[in-house]
Amino acid sequence: MTTAPYKIVIGLEVHVQLSTESKLFCSCETTFGAPPNTQICPVCLGLPGALPVLNRRAVELAIRTGLALHCEIAPETKWDRKNYFYPDLPKGYQISQFDQPICGPGYLDFPDPERDGESLRVRLIRAHLEEDAGKSMHDEAAGRADSRIDLNRTGTPLLEIVSEPDLRSAPAAKAFLTELRLLLTYLGVSDCNMQEGSLRADANVNLHIDKEGRTLATPIVEVKNLNSFRAVERALNYETQRQYDAWLKTGQEMGQAPKQTRGWDDAAGVTVPQREKEESSDYRYFPDPDLVPLHIAAEQLQSLGQGGGQRLEGLPAALRRELETEHGLKPYDADVIVSQGRGVVEYFQSAVSAGAVAKRVSSWIQQDVLRTLNETGGSIETFPVGAARLAELLQAIETGELDNSRGKDVFQYWLTQGVSELSVAKTALGIASVDRGELEALCRELLDENPKVVEQVREGNLKGLGSLIGAAKKKNPNADPKLVRELCQQLIEAL
Amino acid sequence: MSIEQLTALEIGRRIAAGEVSSREVTAHFLQRIEGGNARINAFVHVDPERSLQLAEDADRRLAAGELTSPLAGVPIAIKDILCEEGVPTSCGSRMLEGFAPPYTATAVQRLLDAGMVPLGKTNMDEFAMGGSTETSVYGVSRNPWDLERTPGGSSGGAAAVLAAGLAPLSIGSDTGGSVRQPAAFCGVCGLKPTYGRISRYGLVAFASSLDQVGPLAHTIEDIAACLQVLAGHDPRDSTSLAAEVPQYAAQLGRPLKGLKVGVIREHVEHAALDGAIRLAVERGQQQLAGLGAQIVEVHLPHTQYSVATYYLVAPSEASGNLSRYDGVHYGFRQVGSAGAGAASPLDAMISRSRSVGFGEEVKRRIMLGTFALSSGYYDAYYKKGQQVRRLIANDYQTAFEQVDVLLGPVTPTTAFKLGEKSSDPVQMYLCDLFTVGANLAGVPSLSIPAGLDEKGLPLAVQLQAPVLEEPRLLQVAHQMQRAGFFEQKLANDTL
Ligand SMILES: [Zn+2]
Repeated sequence: MTTAPYKIVIGLEVHVQLSTESKLFCSCETTFGAPPNTQICPVCLGLPGALPVLNRRAVELAIRTGLALHCEIAPETKWDRKNYFYPDLPKGYQISQFDQPICGPGYLDFPDPERDGESLRVRLIRAHLEEDAGKSMHDEAAGRADSRIDLNRTGTPLLEIVSEPDLRSAPAAKAFLTELRLLLTYLGVSDCNMQEGSLRADANVNLHIDKEGRTLATPIVEVKNLNSFRAVERALNYETQRQYDAWLKTGQEMGQAPKQTRGWDDAAGVTVPQREKEESSDYRYFPDPDLVPLHIAAEQLQSLGQGGGQRLEGLPAALRRELETEHGLKPYDADVIVSQGRGVVEYFQSAVSAGAVAKRVSSWIQQDVLRTLNETGGSIETFPVGAARLAELLQAIETGELDNSRGKDVFQYWLTQGVSELSVAKTALGIASVDRGELEALCRELLDENPKVVEQVREGNLKGLGSLIGAAKKKNPNADPKLVRELCQQLIEAL
Repeated sequence: MSIEQLTALEIGRRIAAGEVSSREVTAHFLQRIEGGNARINAFVHVDPERSLQLAEDADRRLAAGELTSPLAGVPIAIKDILCEEGVPTSCGSRMLEGFAPPYTATAVQRLLDAGMVPLGKTNMDEFAMGGSTETSVYGVSRNPWDLERTPGGSSGGAAAVLAAGLAPLSIGSDTGGSVRQPAAFCGVCGLKPTYGRISRYGLVAFASSLDQVGPLAHTIEDIAACLQVLAGHDPRDSTSLAAEVPQYAAQLGRPLKGLKVGVIREHVEHAALDGAIRLAVERGQQQLAGLGAQIVEVHLPHTQYSVATYYLVAPSEASGNLSRYDGVHYGFRQVGSAGAGAASPLDAMISRSRSVGFGEEVKRRIMLGTFALSSGYYDAYYKKGQQVRRLIANDYQTAFEQVDVLLGPVTPTTAFKLGEKSSDPVQMYLCDLFTVGANLAGVPSLSIPAGLDEKGLPLAVQLQAPVLEEPRLLQVAHQMQRAGFFEQKLANDTL
């Protein structure tokens, strides 16, 4: 990549569905997956005479998001009509925000996927509120050419976040979106479910190519239908190569061809040209006379920024910093924990404040807790081994009361038999400390039984010690592997 | 005296006193409609059974002491632009022929809540775009005073049913004079209240920032009583005003001593103004002076731009408001093969449905508005229109710093002949010269009768007051009515 004679330039437009109970301009529910056309009313159906009434909750969520993205919040904002005909747009216009978006310029910092511990910054141009359209379902199978429309989604509040073209690689674009989704999840403003369309990304992409000391730009292409993070990365990689090949063939630069819209075909792994909506160049925006301009008072900003305050404070970037500086975690480990969401972070924090060592907690969360959650599909909030219980176990390991591998046995025991006092689990598993003399006798026995291994170790091949440990655990499950290893080594050397 | 010659309040009083039932009154008007509507084609939808049912409900509720409005049990005619659940509401358009909304407009609901009895839907210019009720899909309405002439428009049916004694009260809508001009042509009172005083929810939108529901009646007391029922904040209309609703009847009796009345020079001296109407305004001036008011001359210097401004603002908003009629979800649909320019069968269907479903005047205004909002023209037309609108509103503000109410003509001429202007839209638009200012400025405005001209056609004058000063407006008009400026008068009854 570093030797490529071009740079990819990416700007993203992200549509986030806000988690309000009702739609942006009516009181219909926004639950996903309801039977078609059951969450509708005269307003979102665009019936004659029906009028929109603003859902203040959506404004609050937009402001909170704006504040977390370091955006300037507009003291006065308004609503505009974006006019175009489409069957899933019942009014013939979408209520959006044209020239006075609720959130002005801001930025988002996120971990650089290509340099551990470093971060990247993408500047944001704006974020505005708008209503979603419905869904058209084209059933052209069996030659019926039937189209059906579901208006349940019509009027659902969206926040459209538009970035500057600051991204320079597909992994960076993916990392940006990952961080954005994490932030929105922490803020609780959206469930960010990409499959259900709560988070949708479009990318504006072109290349800057160095040629004979001059940098030229290829025509901008808007890539739509990016339904997963994987799709984002694949589509951008594909599009980079496609644009470079196209340039080699045609030599076309920006301005020499109109902006193109292409859709990502995930199955085929290609982008394909999309039919332009008619008149898409002129939406004839004008202020919606059915709605009044919205004034956002300084006090309201204050209360959303500070009153809802705890929530604005414990955001991913700050939490990563806390885990690294206060708890001494490596950036990678801090990122893994923070990326799991607020619940896992709180679990970590509780275990640490209950007395467990941060690094050990981190490694147990990553290896045992998260693996179990993955396997069972459970959530940290209902995880049977609570943070205090885990802390108790890890402290016992720390003090040598039991070894790490017996600790895992206890953990498994709790998961399968139910959580109990540590002592109960220890008794049930027959965990008892083995004294040194006893262990030494065990080791001698092992050396007698495995002369070949002894030979190998004497020749400097320490791998054989592993099999001795395994054999020791079979004879006595409470044998501390570390100690067994140590003793065996000493005994062999002394031979 | 026959019931139709009584005021609405007198009918209400007799119903409340048990002298007559709402059912009897309703049956009386239904019978008059049956006999007289064919001549004037003012009602386009009547459902006698439903009206009688509602009348019986009113009688029952009155007996139970549930109704307190002095208009309880009184029948009322509803313009075909206000939604009533399950009742055809077609705005005089083929586009909505047979459309019965699943919900009721707030204004109509308030009438129902007060125990008033809808008699049916009255004819109008298609989507309220016109001044003669000649563009309705139901055919032209006729002026009861002279069947060769227009009753005015767009609320032509609403005014005609009063003049013909087919209903004791009416409600219409006024976007640029659509209540006041037909009231003037038919010799009745018509009020356009302050913008936002009556909810627009369920009023099929023409130009959202100008539309306002308004009552038509024979007397000022009736107007005040009906306004009392209609006015008030509606959470479903974001532009509805939160201001408290005063008791409109309370101030009617106050003397005018010390009140300052401004005669609008640009209106009374306008070259297009009919001599008889100018004389009527002068008569009004003299009478007001006789009642103790001080008469001064005032200016609305931007009057000459008001029609042009109106015909930029209103069609622009209309072009958006009428986009919802696309043949997809409800209303008229025409399927056809994709012709030249249509990209798909879907585009062809939308295009054909609109081409056939809308009449010429509606299409003209949609095109005017679409043009005014188009990129490259927006600044020169829509934006300029908004700027001049502000100047016109400022004119009113300045005038009201000098005077309490404004006096002038409603229309340049009395009712013109059917067909006289229908082929010349500009001539038709110029009829709105004196009425559009109140809509652009949002101020309340009232048309009151002023006797008949030598042809026996009704004359009228217009009174205007500052925002929310309906009490003052009604007070002045009522004092004039008491002094004999006009009296309740039906057109020659040949029933
Ligand atoms: Zn709805």
